Amino acid sequence: MFQVWQKFYASSDNAKAYILLSPALILVILGMAVPVFAMFAMSFTTQAGFEIDYSPTFDRYREFLDTGTRTGTILTTLLSRSITISFLVTFFTILTTYPVAYYVAFYVKKNKILWIILMTIPFWTSYLLRVFAWKLILGNSGVINASLISVGLTDEPLSYLMYSQLSVVITLCHAWSAFALLPLFVSLDKIDHSLIEASRDLGCSKFETFIRVTFPLSLPGVIGAILIIFIPTVGDFVTPALVGGTEGRMLSNMIQAYFGRVNNFSLGAASAVIMLFSVIVVTIIVNFVTKRLTQRL
Amino acid sequence: MNKNFIEIKNVSKYFGNVKAVDDVSFSINQGEFFSLLGPSGCGKTTLLRLLAGFEHPSKGQVFIDGSEVTSVAPNLRPTNMVFQNYAIFPHLNVRKNIEFGMRKENLTKEEMEDRVGEVLNLVKLQGYEERYSNQLSGGQRQRVALARALIKRPKVLLLDEPLGALDKKLRDEMQIELRNLQKQVGITFVFVTHDQGESISMSDRVAVMNEGKIKQISEPHDLYYNPQNIFVSDFIGTTNFLSAQTLSKDGDLIYVSIENIGQFKLNNKLSIGENTNDVTCSIRPESIELSSEPIQNKELKMHGKIVNTSYYGELTTFHVVIEGIKNPLIVSSQRYDHKSFLSNNCYIGINLEDINLLTNE
Amino acid sequence: MNFTKNKMLYGYVILYFTFLYVPVMFLPLFSFNDGMHMAFPIKGFTLDHYEEMWSASKLHAALWNSIYVGITASLSATFLAFLAAKAFTKYKFRGQIFTYGAILTPFLIPEIILAVSLLVIWINIGLPLGLTPIIIGHTLFCVPFCMIILISRMEGFDKNLEEAARDLGEGVLGTFYRVTLPILLPGLIASFLLGFVLSFDEFLIAMFLAGSDQTLPVYMWGQLRFARRLPHVLALGAVIIVGTTLIVMLAYWLRNLGQPQEKKNLTIDI
Repeated sequence: MFQVWQKFYASSDNAKAYILLSPALILVILGMAVPVFAMFAMSFTTQAGFEIDYSPTFDRYREFLDTGTRTGTILTTLLSRSITISFLVTFFTILTTYPVAYYVAFYVKKNKILWIILMTIPFWTSYLLRVFAWKLILGNSGVINASLISVGLTDEPLSYLMYSQLSVVITLCHAWSAFALLPLFVSLDKIDHSLIEASRDLGCSKFETFIRVTFPLSLPGVIGAILIIFIPTVGDFVTPALVGGTEGRMLSNMIQAYFGRVNNFSLGAASAVIMLFSVIVVTIIVNFVTKRLTQRL
Repeated sequence: MNKNFIEIKNVSKYFGNVKAVDDVSFSINQGEFFSLLGPSGCGKTTLLRLLAGFEHPSKGQVFIDGSEVTSVAPNLRPTNMVFQNYAIFPHLNVRKNIEFGMRKENLTKEEMEDRVGEVLNLVKLQGYEERYSNQLSGGQRQRVALARALIKRPKVLLLDEPLGALDKKLRDEMQIELRNLQKQVGITFVFVTHDQGESISMSDRVAVMNEGKIKQISEPHDLYYNPQNIFVSDFIGTTNFLSAQTLSKDGDLIYVSIENIGQFKLNNKLSIGENTNDVTCSIRPESIELSSEPIQNKELKMHGKIVNTSYYGELTTFHVVIEGIKNPLIVSSQRYDHKSFLSNNCYIGINLEDINLLTNE
Repeated sequence: MNFTKNKMLYGYVILYFTFLYVPVMFLPLFSFNDGMHMAFPIKGFTLDHYEEMWSASKLHAALWNSIYVGITASLSATFLAFLAAKAFTKYKFRGQIFTYGAILTPFLIPEIILAVSLLVIWINIGLPLGLTPIIIGHTLFCVPFCMIILISRMEGFDKNLEEAARDLGEGVLGTFYRVTLPILLPGLIASFLLGFVLSFDEFLIAMFLAGSDQTLPVYMWGQLRFARRLPHVLALGAVIIVGTTLIVMLAYWLRNLGQPQEKKNLTIDI
C-alpha cells in the first residue's frame, strides 16, 4: 500500500513537470533535433545540379577531408582557420573583458547593476550594424584610413587593417564583449571579500592573492565565457563576410555558399556536420580540462 | 465550548519514504491556544499544513467544527494561516493585503472600511495602510499577516513559527501581545514553534512532537514537571538523568536502585511495572538544593565537588561531580557566592517527590 | 583588502567603454553627414539620408515583416519559457538536468547549424520558404534566453504567496490572476521585450529561410553591398540603435521592478 502510494506521489510530480515542459520540448525536438538529423542524413547524399541522389555514401566527407583536391584543401584550411580564429577571439575577448568585470565586481560600490547594463547595451543593438561599424572604421576608405590620408600622415590606406584575420578578431572581440562580461562579473561578484583578506593576512601580495585566490575562484565564469564565445564564433558568417575578405574567410562562409550560390546541399550538410562535430569536441575538451583544473584547486 | 473542535484521527503523511506525520490522533478545544512543539523535522509544520489544506493526509481524517475537511482545498476551509515569512504580497499595499481575502464576501465600501479599521486596531497598525511590504519592519509585517488572516474571522488561526524572524526583545513583547490578542478574539490558535520557552509561556496546551509522532500533550506546567518520557523531559528545559533499576512495587509507589547511590521508594506516576528493570530518573536542576553545609531536611543527601560555575544573572548553574554517578549533576541556584565553598566541596539534597521516574523507551 | 582606488584599472575601464561605444556611435554620426565618404572631417549636417530611408518602400515591408516575426516569435517563446521555468522552479523531477540542457541547446549550437538544418528539412518536406520557418527558428533560440530570464525572476518568487492566496479563499485561477501574474508580469514583459529585440536583430536564420520575404536585417544585408545605398542604411541603423536601446533599458528596468533590494544585484544574467 505504502509503496503504491509512494510511486504515485513520485510520478505525479514528474507528470506535472513534464506537462509544463512538453511544449518547449516538442519545439526543440521538431524544430532542432529532427532538422539536425535530416541535415545529418543529407550529408550522405550526392547532389548534381538540382538532382539529389539519396543513396547513402561517405563521398561528401571524403571530399571535405581529402587535401589532395582543391575543394578539400580549401575546406580543411577554412575549418582549421575557423577554429584558430575562434580560439583567438575567445582568448582576447576574455583577456580584455576580465579587468573590467574585476573592476565592477570589486571597485564599484554603488549601482553595479547600472554599470553592467551600460556595458551590455551595445550588445543588444543590431549585430549586423555593429559588425558593419567596424567596416566603416577599418576599411580602406574607412574612418581611420580616410582620416589619416586627409591629415596627410599616410598616402596609401593601411591595408592590413581590413580584410584580414586581425580585423575579424577585433570585430568579434567587440561583438561578444557582453558574452564575456556577464559570466565573469557574476563569478567575481560572488567571491567573499574575507577570502581575499585572509589571503593577504596569510602573507600573499596583491598579485599573489589574485593568482592564488581570486582567479581560481572566478574560473567557473571563465569557463562559461569560453564556451559562450567559442561556439557562436565558429559558426559566425557575417563578420568574415563583411570584414574578413579572402584572408579572413571561414568555414561558415563556404556553408552559406553551398546552401546558396553553389547549390550543393549535400556537401554543405557534410560541412555543417563537421562543424557541429568540432564544436562538440571542443566543448567536451573544455569541460574535461575544467574538471581537471577545478579538482586540483 | 466545544471539546473536540478540531479532531485529527489516525493521520499519517508520507513524502516519498519519509514519514513526516506518523499515525497521529488528538483533538483541540474551541478557543484554545494550542502549540505544536518539537525539533525541526519533527512533522509539526506538516501537521499544520494538513490543517490548512496545503497538504492532504496519506491516511486518516481531519475534522474541524464537526465537518470533515480531510481533502478540502485550502480556500474552502474555515482556517487561515500566518506564514513563517509572513508572505505579504509585495505588489499590494497593507490595505490591499488585508482586503485580499474579502473579495467574495460582497461587502459595501463602508463595511469593508469598518472591518479593515477593526483589525488594524486589533494589531495596532493604524496609519500604515498605504505602505508596501518592503517599507515595513519584521514586526509590522507580522501584524499585517495577522490582520490579513483575522479579518476573515476564521474558526481556527494557524501560526507557523511567526516569531522566528524577530529579534529577542521584540519576540518577548509579541508573545504577550499574541496571547492577549487570542484572548480578545477568542479564536482557536494552533501555533507551531521549536522554541520550548515560547510554547510554555503562551499556550493553554502543548503537543510535543518528535519523528512524526506526538510524545505528550499537556498543559505547560505538567510538561515541565510531569514529563511522560525521556524525550519530553530532555527537550523541555534542562534536566539531569540518572539510570536506575526497578526492584519491587508497593501500591502506587515503587522501589528503585539509583546508580550507586542507594535504594529509594519513588512516586510511580506512569505505573511502571516492577519487571521493567532499567528505568531513568529525571531531576530538574532547580529541584536540587545546594549548600556548603550538610543538608538535613531532604530525603536524598549527597556530597560532591563543584567543577564548573556559570553565572546567568538571576541564576547560577553549577556542575557537581558526585562519586558513583556517571555525569556531573546540573544544579541551578540563586546563590552566586561559589567562593564560599571550601575547596569546591558541596552538599546537595533532593526531595524524592521531585524525582520523575521514566521508562527507557 | 582595500578596494577603493586603482587608477590604472580605472583608466583601462574608460578605454574599454570607448572601445565598446565609439564604433556603434559612428553609425548615427555619419548618418547626418552630408557626403558619401565615411571619413573625418565631417562635411556638414543633413537629414537627406533619413528622407531617403523614409521613402524606401521595400524597407517598410521588411520592417513590418520583422515586427511581425519578432512579436510572434517572442510571444510564443515567452509562453513556452514561462511554462518550462515554472516546471524547473516548482518541481523536482527525473531528468531535470537533461531536459534543462535540451532546452538550452538551440542557444549552445552555432546558429548557422540551426539555420541550414531548418532549411534542409523545410525544402525536403517541400514547404515554401518565408516568415513561418523564420518564426520557428527564432522561437527556438529565444526560448533559452527567455527561460533564463524567467527562472532568475521566479526563483525569488515566494511559494508561500500562492499558498497565502489559497488560504485567504482564492481558487487556482484567482491565485494566478491576483498574485502570480501581477508579481511575475514585469519579468514576463522583460522576457518578451528582450526576445523581441533578439528576433528583430537576428540575421542568419532569417537569411537562409526568408525566400522572398525579407526581414529588416536581411534587407540591410542586401543594401550593404552598394556604396551608394550606404547612407540610408546608416540612417536606418541609427534609428534601430536608438529603438533597441530604449526597449532594452525598459526591459532591464522592468526586470528589477519590485525585486527586493538585496536581490537586485543578483539578477543580471543577461
